[in-house]
Amino acid sequence: MLSEKVVCNSHGQDSSYFLGWEEYEKNPYDEVKNPKGIIQMGLAENQLSFDLLESWLEKNPQPMAFRNHNNQSIFKDLALFQDYHGLPAFKNALVKFMSEVRGGSVSFDPNNLVLTAGATSANETLMFCLANPGDAFLLPTPYYPGFDRDLKWRTGAEIVPIHCSSLNGFRITKSALEDAYKQAEQQNLKVKGVLVTNPSNPLGTSLSLHELDLLVNFISSRNIHLVSDEIYSGTVFSSPSFISIMEVLKNRNLMNTEIAKRVHIVYSLSKDLGLPGFRIGVIYSTDERVVSAATKMSSFGLVSSQTQHLLSEILSDQNFTKTYLSENRRRLKERHEMLVGGLKKSGIGCLPSNSGLFCWVDMRHLLSSNTFEGEMELWKKIVYQVGLNISPGSSCHCSEPGWFRVCFANMSEETLDLAMQRVKSFVELMPKQNNQSGHQKLMNRNSRRTKSLPKWVFELSFHQREIVANER
Amino acid sequence: MDHNLLSKIATNNGHGENSPYFDGWKAFDANPFHPQHNPDGVIQMGLAENQLSFDLIQKWIESNPSASICTPQGAFAFKETAIFQDYHGLPEFRTAVANFMNRVRGNRVKFDPDRIVMSGGATGAHETLAFCLANPGEAFLVPTPYYPAFDRDLRWRTGVELFPVVCESADNFKVTREALETAYKKAKLANVKVKGMLITNPSNPLGTFLDRDTLKDIVNFVNDKSIHLVCDEIYAGTVTNGDEFVSIAEVIEEVPKCNLDLIHLVYSLSKDMGFPGFRVGVVYSYNDNVVNIARKMSSFGLVSTQTQHLLASMLSDDKFVENFISESRIRLAHRHDMFTRGLAQVGIGSLESKAGLFFWMDLRRFLKEPTFESEMTFWRVIINEIKLNVSPGQSFHCSEPGWFRVCFANMDDETTLVALWRIKTFVRKNRNLEIKTRKQYWQNGQHLRLSSRRLDDILTPHRMSPHSPLASPMVRAQN
Repeated sequence: MLSEKVVCNSHGQDSSYFLGWEEYEKNPYDEVKNPKGIIQMGLAENQLSFDLLESWLEKNPQPMAFRNHNNQSIFKDLALFQDYHGLPAFKNALVKFMSEVRGGSVSFDPNNLVLTAGATSANETLMFCLANPGDAFLLPTPYYPGFDRDLKWRTGAEIVPIHCSSLNGFRITKSALEDAYKQAEQQNLKVKGVLVTNPSNPLGTSLSLHELDLLVNFISSRNIHLVSDEIYSGTVFSSPSFISIMEVLKNRNLMNTEIAKRVHIVYSLSKDLGLPGFRIGVIYSTDERVVSAATKMSSFGLVSSQTQHLLSEILSDQNFTKTYLSENRRRLKERHEMLVGGLKKSGIGCLPSNSGLFCWVDMRHLLSSNTFEGEMELWKKIVYQVGLNISPGSSCHCSEPGWFRVCFANMSEETLDLAMQRVKSFVELMPKQNNQSGHQKLMNRNSRRTKSLPKWVFELSFHQREIVANER
Repeated sequence: MDHNLLSKIATNNGHGENSPYFDGWKAFDANPFHPQHNPDGVIQMGLAENQLSFDLIQKWIESNPSASICTPQGAFAFKETAIFQDYHGLPEFRTAVANFMNRVRGNRVKFDPDRIVMSGGATGAHETLAFCLANPGEAFLVPTPYYPAFDRDLRWRTGVELFPVVCESADNFKVTREALETAYKKAKLANVKVKGMLITNPSNPLGTFLDRDTLKDIVNFVNDKSIHLVCDEIYAGTVTNGDEFVSIAEVIEEVPKCNLDLIHLVYSLSKDMGFPGFRVGVVYSYNDNVVNIARKMSSFGLVSTQTQHLLASMLSDDKFVENFISESRIRLAHRHDMFTRGLAQVGIGSLESKAGLFFWMDLRRFLKEPTFESEMTFWRVIINEIKLNVSPGQSFHCSEPGWFRVCFANMDDETTLVALWRIKTFVRKNRNLEIKTRKQYWQNGQHLRLSSRRLDDILTPHRMSPHSPLASPMVRAQN
């Protein structure tokens, strides 16, 4: 009766990632009304800097809605504006903002920009443009669970994982790339490209120059595409600083080459500015045909003209954007430290990270068995007993059990504090194993870890190494 | 360049924009009419927009500053609105939209807010339904003539096919049971699996709406064949006499054996309210599974919460809604009348219609031959000599040449008069064309007279057209 798309599971919403949400919905924490409820730590939202936006609104009031700065009514023109090329004022402001986020190291041409209804739509649209049904994209694991829906569901494209391992901090390696490519070939899948999220969700790390170079070399030699989802680019709060793929192309003198035409960027204002409700997504490509096709496809999910107008006003205010970006980063850093520090007190470590709205938390030592069943068991305890909705690594297709993504920017400080207390209590009550106190076991593991830092750490500068060593 | 580098979808013509009908648009873009700045320019009559009632909405917005999250009165809601990305949509938005939809149908139906699913305009709604109801290669029956972009919306990325149900002028382009059965049989013979049927009611481009019996026939037909029915009611609010419109939502209540799992509606605020920029599309299905899955798919085209918030407020203001609906109808009727009278003065007829934002104009007698080539030739005359961008019937897959869709609600009164004047002038100049007048409306021997000032405007030398390819002031206002 209905299409196969309806009856299949590619929308991915039966996965644990979404089930945790459902549990949260049933019993949501509220400081006053439901203090024993589940705290939402599975939502990668940035709620830390709304006051900055609100104060912008206060300083730039519209005495009546839909008026421009000359107080002329623009209602009619906005209401009628459905040109899929987008509001020029908005695109101009967006490219400036995107450049600012990258420290001015690269600039973007508004003519290469396509507006879409969120990054969700941007990613799907790019798949429609770059892959035929049955073609594959390689994605490093762990990756954002929503990609299963966004990249595969209606497009018919496939995802083949590039396995990344905790042994080197989940960095992308040349052999992992090649293995993934071979794997795809064995499955008779034509590889059309690689898709990376930079900074990474769920890892919270930004790609190193080495990784970026690897990627450029890889796509160059295989003649395939690279999609760089840079939705978290504005959340890089500590070193190493963010290196955009555009910068790499520029520094390698590859701008305006065939290779550069196969590099496409996805962006959105949902994370950096914390505006997921406004559905502002972006595709950036220097391949005219991609821009042309994607622009036409954007008809299926345009950005509301009302929203384009509001954001063009906000983003054109460069005093505001400068202040916002730096203050937002500062707050994210602080919050990140709170989470990392809080977990450390419970003997729980995180992958050292410099960005994102979450930490990639190492709970392997808390597993009853080093299996995904063990992970699920632990996850359920955390959801139901500890009362925290966090995302299990398996939902992110991590190849090793025991890792969890824990968000820190979508709640108040007090709530985060409470969450840390709950974790501490939970860990303290965990059954003791192997004739060693849990605490002792943790201490031993911690000291083993600091003694043998993984190789990749030595690719960092001395200063960065310090940070890594400390954060462990 | 390696063409295999991109997908087939990206490189085929499924978007439909390479069709010759865009020539009219290009002519308009290159030389858009403006009463003062470019009085010789091409008048846009190919755009089905409703621009007649903005003042009502503007007035409401100015009296309700808290509906906007940017005003001092409304900014308190900024954060919660900006964060909200639940694909169920703001509950108050869904309730308000359901309320509006009810009132457009004179409260003869009651839509369930929980069945309202958001989409990126009706464009997104149609694509979503095609994804939900049919697999690649399967087909939807669509009565001709139909809205050209259905070819893109239903087929491009979905792989679904469209199969025409041919409607003829002899029947006033009505959808007959015969035509349906013929089409269905033809599809079967061609080995095309029919999954559903799509009707636009009121019709674009006809401007007519289906009577109760025809709708019942259609419902019975889809039930007999066990196929889906998608009913696009995007023009429901443009029916000049609201009481006469029968929605599919009413009809299914009168067909007790109807399998409700087959019935789906598409709606949007783009035409009734004139908001195409806000991208408010609705998928409404009586099939729980479809609601569920369409809702998940809506992630690809949610309505901005800023817009949801505004409309939740506006559309729950019953007084405003009732007044808007009735006043909008009156204005549309008035404009419709202006045109009908003007055209009748030169014996141009159109399909009798009481809805939509356009006429389905009968220009058959102006064609050299009753062929589509002649239709194209005459169309070029209309664009280049009469300087009106209208849409030729073949772009709507009409089976007979000579019909044109002419939009009337996307301009002010002044422009309307100019358009009419141009048409009449052309007809009078071309008296060698056989004119079969049907009815002649001469009210008190009065015919349209242009003020001498206007005549001067038209005769002044051609002024430079605006630099920007698009006439929208939003495009001219570049930072």
